[in-house]
Amino acid sequence: MLAPIRTVSTERGTCPLLTVQPNRAQVDEKFQIVIMNLLPNQKVTLHSLHQSEDKDFWEAFGHYISDENGTVTVAKDESLGGTYEGTEQMGLLWSMRPVPGSRPGLRLRKMNILTPIVIHISVYNGHLSQDFSQQTPLASSVTERWYVAPGVQRVNIRENGVRGTLFLPPGPGPYPGVLDLWGGGGGLVEYRSGLLASHGFASMALEYLAPEELRTADVDVSYFEKAYQILQNHPKVHRDRMAMLGLSFGSAVTLSMAAYSKVIKPQCCVCISGSHVFPVDKSLFEVFEEMKKYMGRIYMNKENQVIHRDIILPIPSDPALKVDVGRIKCPLLLVNAGDDQNWASVESAEDMEMMMEKAGNRHLLTVLTYPDAGHLIEPPYSPHFRASNFILQEIKEKIVMLWGGQTKPHAYAQEDSWEKILTFLRQHLYFSSNFAVKAKL
Amino acid sequence: MYSLYRSVSTQKRTCPLLSVQPIRGLVDEKFKFVVTNLPPNQKVTLHSLHQSDDKDFWEAFGHYVSDEHGSVTGFKDESLGGTFEGTEPMGLLWSMRPTSGSRHGIRLRKRDTFRPMEVCISVYSGHISQGFSQQTPLATSVSERWYIAPGVKRVNIREKNLRGTLFLPPGSGPYPAVLDLWGGGGGLVEYRSAILASHGFASMALEYLGPEDLRLEDTDASYFERAYQILNNHPMVKKDNLAVLGLSIGSVITLNMVSYSKVIKPKCCVCISGSHLVPVNKSLFELFEQLKNHADKLRVNEDNQVIYRNLHLAISCESGKVDVGRIKCPLLLVNGDDDQTFPAVESAEDMAMMMEKAGNRHLLEILTYPGAGHLIEPPYSPHFRATKYKLQETNETIVMLWGGQTKPHAYAQEDAWKKILAFLWQHLSAP
Repeated sequence: MLAPIRTVSTERGTCPLLTVQPNRAQVDEKFQIVIMNLLPNQKVTLHSLHQSEDKDFWEAFGHYISDENGTVTVAKDESLGGTYEGTEQMGLLWSMRPVPGSRPGLRLRKMNILTPIVIHISVYNGHLSQDFSQQTPLASSVTERWYVAPGVQRVNIRENGVRGTLFLPPGPGPYPGVLDLWGGGGGLVEYRSGLLASHGFASMALEYLAPEELRTADVDVSYFEKAYQILQNHPKVHRDRMAMLGLSFGSAVTLSMAAYSKVIKPQCCVCISGSHVFPVDKSLFEVFEEMKKYMGRIYMNKENQVIHRDIILPIPSDPALKVDVGRIKCPLLLVNAGDDQNWASVESAEDMEMMMEKAGNRHLLTVLTYPDAGHLIEPPYSPHFRASNFILQEIKEKIVMLWGGQTKPHAYAQEDSWEKILTFLRQHLYFSSNFAVKAKL
Repeated sequence: MYSLYRSVSTQKRTCPLLSVQPIRGLVDEKFKFVVTNLPPNQKVTLHSLHQSDDKDFWEAFGHYVSDEHGSVTGFKDESLGGTFEGTEPMGLLWSMRPTSGSRHGIRLRKRDTFRPMEVCISVYSGHISQGFSQQTPLATSVSERWYIAPGVKRVNIREKNLRGTLFLPPGSGPYPAVLDLWGGGGGLVEYRSAILASHGFASMALEYLGPEDLRLEDTDASYFERAYQILNNHPMVKKDNLAVLGLSIGSVITLNMVSYSKVIKPKCCVCISGSHLVPVNKSLFELFEQLKNHADKLRVNEDNQVIYRNLHLAISCESGKVDVGRIKCPLLLVNGDDDQTFPAVESAEDMAMMMEKAGNRHLLEILTYPGAGHLIEPPYSPHFRATKYKLQETNETIVMLWGGQTKPHAYAQEDAWKKILAFLWQHLSAP
């Protein structure tokens, strides 16, 4: 018996009601937003506001018209304008962008995931597009979005030089294990692992690029193997049900390990926005030195944004320059964006497919390509960043990196790929005992 | 795309699924649990476990049999035994009791309202009644129960020797407000105010028994009037849109204030398990002196539990009753007819007669719950028939018999809360 919170509009003598259900949800969960008690055919603006951990403000808004009962149902009604248009149940989240006047090139990422994302949702009279803070809303509601489900445990991993965070699902276990690798941005990014644990996977976010703590010369194949073993040996992890999941440079690591390592033998792998060019079979220092040779292929567009994708184009035919994906023995899911401006992941996938056809393991490969999505395919409802500030590893310089993508198709890609990634992991880690079974999605 | 959490049972190669929705809810919100992927007609035990802020463990369990599809559905199926029986979707919460080996006479009360109550729900094979920690469950889910909705804010109130905590609903206000008074257990008890704020009321939990810098002699009408004014004058509170809500001695104080005070003039009052048989003429010091003087009227049953209810009747013979005929606002009384601590039902009947005579009977509404005891708390709280209690008047720790039987008491808590909220909405909504 949850009663909606009301705020009284003293001017009109009406009491518009805004409900957001559930108002404590998991990050990948949909919410239902309904506004009631408006006048019929009233123009209103639905607005979302969030203050990030970095203290920047992010917002989104949609323009609606109430029906003859004075009701707006976001899952059914169309937004006629704003930061998103059309019938978009989650538009107030994925279309968020920094408020006017913000610092440029921002990206929204939660670092402390034991606390929720707090979003203020408000209804304003009329179709507004700015100066929301100067108006009094007709109604407002606060909603929380959590990366961790109740009972998920967070464990610091500092062992043998390996740095990471392990998230364990609630209950006695054992659980399948996922080694979770982000990209060249570095640091210890936990939120995807938190979410994976909320879906029943013991997931370890691994830190492998951390200028102060780890020297790139020290991070080589054995670093990743040690990390994998720490996860595999954990008492709550099922040692025969393991996966690796990587994004961007993390995909290169994943493919290299799956192809070459005698230690890392996962039941399946997921590579998001990645490539098999530049194998990670030596230390990261040496890999970056190798990549530096091709820096001439990187250029800047008119807006001074760096387009990185050509660094691996054309895809080399010399096998020494690519991971030998013909050696991979487990199901492999590639998730790629059609407008990836950072890595030529679509072209790489085509080449990988050819190599695996020749080697006879093509049946292990599934490729998902999302038209007009950009490089940073994140968990569902995260905002889209076409470009953002970035420190380029190869040259240690601050630039603005063009990731690519258009907001609406990118949002679709995040929502659809996440569901498919979870299904893929479940299929191979919970139900299949034979890792050579073809992945059917 | 909220997906069910699973844990793999590697021995059986089955994968029973337990889903609890919502996984994060308010404490007065119902949850639904469903178990699927069991073999048909399998005996299972649904078990709930919670570790309190005081570190004690509480548990409840129900014995179910899966249907022909291998499912158990909490809101449809019957528990055949355990700490609750029958079709009781919330039984796993309200029938909780301390695990065996716990300290005696404990009560479950949330101290940190900003952290949720975590309840671990598990499915075990077979009908078991003990030794849960030695078994491996078929599936587990952890559910959170929150006293605060997102956006509720907490404000410390400290003015001179007055202590309270104000909970503000989300949004910009102003809001109708509630002055929230607990009973003789004392201290600053926040959770009811927190959940009231989650329902749109600015609610102030007031501490009036216990703080070291507050003497009983100074806790008189002016103390409560000051509290009322602080609340009424708060910038986020809709002026003169206030209610007073009390339980036990808090109800006694409420009835006294609303009958006599020139300052405290709420739009409505709610008195849970109260009594008008104890006038508070001066300060609480006098009140407790009086109670002390009549301590010989306390009865103790065979289980050494103190039955307190006769004390009020004795006092009233001496000092009269609160003149409830003077009350000018709607008054809701919520009582359990097995209240062993206060003669709440008798008091309510007498109040009805007095108000009939005085001509304000139309303001009075009485809810009497058969089989319920004294401690009528927010819904799904466990029932405590008797717990350890420190008597204010003698500083003695006794075991107080509150009364009530678990199932009717749980019903009373659920129904009374709905009616209390509706009553507050009715009288505090904007004109």
